[in-house]
Amino acid sequence: MSVNYKPAIHFNHVDFSFGETPVLKGITGSFPEGKITTLVGPSGAGKTTLLKLCNGLLSAQSGEVYIKDKPIEDYEPVELRRLVGIALQSAPMVGGSIYNNLSLPLELQGQTLSKAEAVDLLQDVGLDGELLDRKVKDLSGGQRQKVSIARTLVNKPEVLLLDEITSSLDRTSLKEIEELIIKINRKYGTTIIWITHNLQQALEIGDFTWVMMDGEVVETGESDLLNDPSNDKVRRFVRGEAE
Amino acid sequence: MSYLTLSITLIFVVIPLLLSKTLNLGLERDTIVATLRSIVQLLAVGYVLKFVFDSESLIYIFLMVALMIVAATHNAQKKGAAIQGITSKVAVTLIFVEVLTQGILLGFNITPATAQYIIPISGMVIGNSMVLSILFLNRFTAEVESHQDETELILSLGGTPKQAIHTQLINSIKASMIPTIESQKTVGLVQLPGMMSGQIIAGADPIQAVQFQLLIMFLLLTTAAVTSVMLGFLSYPTLFNQRMQLMKKEFT
Repeated sequence: MSVNYKPAIHFNHVDFSFGETPVLKGITGSFPEGKITTLVGPSGAGKTTLLKLCNGLLSAQSGEVYIKDKPIEDYEPVELRRLVGIALQSAPMVGGSIYNNLSLPLELQGQTLSKAEAVDLLQDVGLDGELLDRKVKDLSGGQRQKVSIARTLVNKPEVLLLDEITSSLDRTSLKEIEELIIKINRKYGTTIIWITHNLQQALEIGDFTWVMMDGEVVETGESDLLNDPSNDKVRRFVRGEAE
Repeated sequence: MSYLTLSITLIFVVIPLLLSKTLNLGLERDTIVATLRSIVQLLAVGYVLKFVFDSESLIYIFLMVALMIVAATHNAQKKGAAIQGITSKVAVTLIFVEVLTQGILLGFNITPATAQYIIPISGMVIGNSMVLSILFLNRFTAEVESHQDETELILSLGGTPKQAIHTQLINSIKASMIPTIESQKTVGLVQLPGMMSGQIIAGADPIQAVQFQLLIMFLLLTTAAVTSVMLGFLSYPTLFNQRMQLMKKEFT
């Protein structure tokens, strides 16, 4: 699928196990630069593990991962994680206010985020700047996810990994987040890799799709492959028979 | 106190045994085992101490302290089994605390360099350090386990392992030190410390006993702080690998 596109991230025969349990088996493929690729597949297919391999929260036991044509091991972990940001499914927060969370990535580097910059970030993700001092425990699920994405954007990542960030949101919040991700992709040219259970979302938002099952990539291509998969297992999954 | 008088004190063991039996608490066996162990262990220690005090040999003093450190390490390391190399980390901590405290006491001539002082004070220091180690490891492993998401978040944002574990580490150090600090706030008001009571019963001047007790309390403050901080900073790096990844395992 990515023959004509420069890969932001490339996997070459990557295996990963937790202890004795294989989670990823022989993953090979590329995520095109500047595009939105969705990862779909049943629970336990290895999608989150694959995402964590992209920013070095986990390391493959065999095979190679390349980030912008450079082996992932050649990056310092801290440098890699600022280049490839991740918004985790649970949107974990540090205690305190929204500002405390937005300023965290810079604080980790010994710098500070000005209140004005923090307000800009909030507005970028569609939140009112007046919320800046609100305690994170008082946020709704949608607001929490938006803050999580804004916080990841502080490092200005070239690749943004999203782990089921809309799975627990109502329809309005879901649409807002989708629009936000498209905006980030268009405005900054950020490569997006997005795990979703929502196949309609994958079709509408994704330029490309990887379908994963049992630790393997069973089908890849432009997202409309989900309308007419060539693989039997994928066809059953798309019809809701495989999960 | 004669052995006959001592045997009469077993009344204080019979009372809990009767209560346990009457209320079906099921603690009779544990109570008897605890009583027998304390009799055997303390009498043995008493005779060993008498021998060491009489000999005044540095080697015996060293051996006694080493034995205390080995026993305390063995006991404390069980609580940190999930932390790689915890036995050596606890041992290094206990040895450091012992050398530091005895170094100050003997170096400034606060206590004489005799078995009579070195061994009991070492026992209190090492015992307290062991309890602190257990309190710290209990809390730290629980904190790491329950805050894995936050740790991973900070790593994912480009934080270092030290930054990722900082809150859990500080919370655990504080939590393990609180009992020592709190008990010292009420000392003399709520309870008379064991060592001081023992000296007074043995006929020592109460003011002299208080002075020694103050020395021990200050010593235990240092012990608490150094043990928690040192064990914490020795332990947290082993939770991460060279690629700054949290090595997930069952901590509790």
